[in-house]
Amino acid sequence: MYERAGHPENTTPKPSGSGLSLESRRSFLGVLLGLGSFFVGALLAVPLIRFALFPLLRRTTELKNSPVGALSEFSSLTEPMMRIIQIEQVDGWRKAVSEKAVYVTKGSQGQLRVLTSICPHLGCTVPWSKEKSQFVCPCHSATFAADGTRVSGPSLRGMDTLETSVQDGQLLVRFQ
Amino acid sequence: MHSTHKSEGDTPRRPESGLWGWLSRRTGLDDLLRSALNEPIPGGARFAYIFGSGLLFIFTSQVITGIFLALYYVPSADHAHTTVAYITKAVTAGSFLRSLHAYGASAMVVVLFLHLSQTYIYGSYKGRRELLWLSGCVLFGLVLAMAFTGYLLPWDQRAYFATAVGTNAVSEVPWIGESIKRLLRGGTEMGTLTISRFFVAHVFLIPAFIFTLAASHIFLFRKAGAAGPVNEDLYDPKQEAELFYPRQVVMDLSLTALLIVGLGLLCFFVPVRLGPPANPADAQYVPRPEWYYLPIFQWLKYWHGSAAIIGVLVVPMLLVLAILALPFLDRSVERRPWKRPAAMGAYAFVVFSLLGLGLRSQFLDQHDSGVARQLSKQSAEEDEYARKPFEPELSSASLAAANVALADPLAAKGKAIFEGQSCNACHGDGGVGTAAAPALIGIGTKFSPDQLAELFKHPTAKMNAGGMSPIDLPPDDLKALIAYVESLK
Repeated sequence: MYERAGHPENTTPKPSGSGLSLESRRSFLGVLLGLGSFFVGALLAVPLIRFALFPLLRRTTELKNSPVGALSEFSSLTEPMMRIIQIEQVDGWRKAVSEKAVYVTKGSQGQLRVLTSICPHLGCTVPWSKEKSQFVCPCHSATFAADGTRVSGPSLRGMDTLETSVQDGQLLVRFQ
Repeated sequence: MHSTHKSEGDTPRRPESGLWGWLSRRTGLDDLLRSALNEPIPGGARFAYIFGSGLLFIFTSQVITGIFLALYYVPSADHAHTTVAYITKAVTAGSFLRSLHAYGASAMVVVLFLHLSQTYIYGSYKGRRELLWLSGCVLFGLVLAMAFTGYLLPWDQRAYFATAVGTNAVSEVPWIGESIKRLLRGGTEMGTLTISRFFVAHVFLIPAFIFTLAASHIFLFRKAGAAGPVNEDLYDPKQEAELFYPRQVVMDLSLTALLIVGLGLLCFFVPVRLGPPANPADAQYVPRPEWYYLPIFQWLKYWHGSAAIIGVLVVPMLLVLAILALPFLDRSVERRPWKRPAAMGAYAFVVFSLLGLGLRSQFLDQHDSGVARQLSKQSAEEDEYARKPFEPELSSASLAAANVALADPLAAKGKAIFEGQSCNACHGDGGVGTAAAPALIGIGTKFSPDQLAELFKHPTAKMNAGGMSPIDLPPDDLKALIAYVESLK
């Protein structure tokens, strides 16, 4: 494979002693180098592709579960208890933290429920009224029972329940 | 001797068939490839000639990795470090790609030095190759400028302080130094405008020049022809020529393979570290540049006061001018190094001076206990930061809400009252407004505290109609509530 170049026979097909022309030997090497470069290139592309496909491989935007409090705090609940929770919204390399008021209450079977304080009617914040033992919306007087079900007023449904989970004795909620 | 590639085009070729043949007939790609590969090298292929294509390979790798890094990077003082931390700690293969880009810069400087040395020692700049040499010199400068501008972009302690020192050195230039420094930094101090400027230079400006000049460099090289070995005639090559393909191609690819394996292993096992974010207030930090800038860094230490002009301007300018003018000054056709003692002496002097200055800098750092301690502390801080998991940056909107409570205790108390009185029921959390009541943000600019107190106690008819009831609070609480409402921005 040590031909001196520049001679016309290097580039013209001409049978050599071995039965293989110089041209075809050059082509064979060319194919070998081409294939080699292709495979090395493909190998080098792997980290690039993984890097670009990161949003497919992992979560880049995420709504984190917010801790509401220890379960023990809510074991002797007699009326809805207001809690301010911190909602962490991860967005790539940044996160936004906001605060929202939620109510921890008990459902009909005594299970813990977490209600948003946002009125399903027009989005006002609904406070719990101790005197009336009801949620009373200050905007248009919609009322809801302690478990969030609709009692009266313009709202078409009860207060929204949030998805909850328990981890290490902590009540977590997903604010959506 | 009929070893010119002109005979190449004259020989009849088999007509190509298939897709490749069609593409060749339409584009002339086949001829282009042939003329690229059939470049004659007088005296045959050698390992001494592999550095140019090695540079082309690393540059291509830098362009590709650079484009990919830009998928996540944000060039601003408040996001640059977070985004680089995200690349390094969170994104898959991010640490590897960033390392490839950072070590690639070092590899570029090394191979560039070898390429330049080979050209110089072989006397390949001679014989109508002035423009080839000049374009190479400018490319060298551009690569160093790429390294300098890229170094700042991660905005960690190391990057910040090295660039602060680097841009400060410019201000030693008489009369216009201070202005150049300000222009580079985008102000008197380093800041977010500095990142913008360095980013534009690193990503748009310098690469555009490199593309143009590298193309010219290759064109001029092909125009002048390969210079061949040191005993070859520069104007009329006499030695038997070998074509670039296949042996020289294989030799060039062996350097590429070495670079791929070397850089790959390095990036995998010793990834580039990202230090803690830049803290301009850190007065203790001992800045050190990247290794290839150490000789200049050490050199500048020797020049102070009125003599600074000699060290910062005169000597470097003379050196640069001498290098640029080399093919014009050295007109002899002698290429054999042993017949060029002055040229070889000058080369050895410059190389050993640079090496000596770099080693001197290292030696001084190791033998000054104060500096050595601080440097190892900085290194430990980098290690500690590198081990921490990625922490997303808190968005400015969240910070504004949180800062109200921190800034003013009266407003913090007011916030509790705002929520306790269910003001947020209608006006929304943080006074953002709801369907039932307007937003309160910016109300402080419309009404004075006294006017607000009056409105709170005696709402207007329109407010009453909207459902706003008079606020009955003790004066202190009312004051706190007003302070909070005034703070909403």
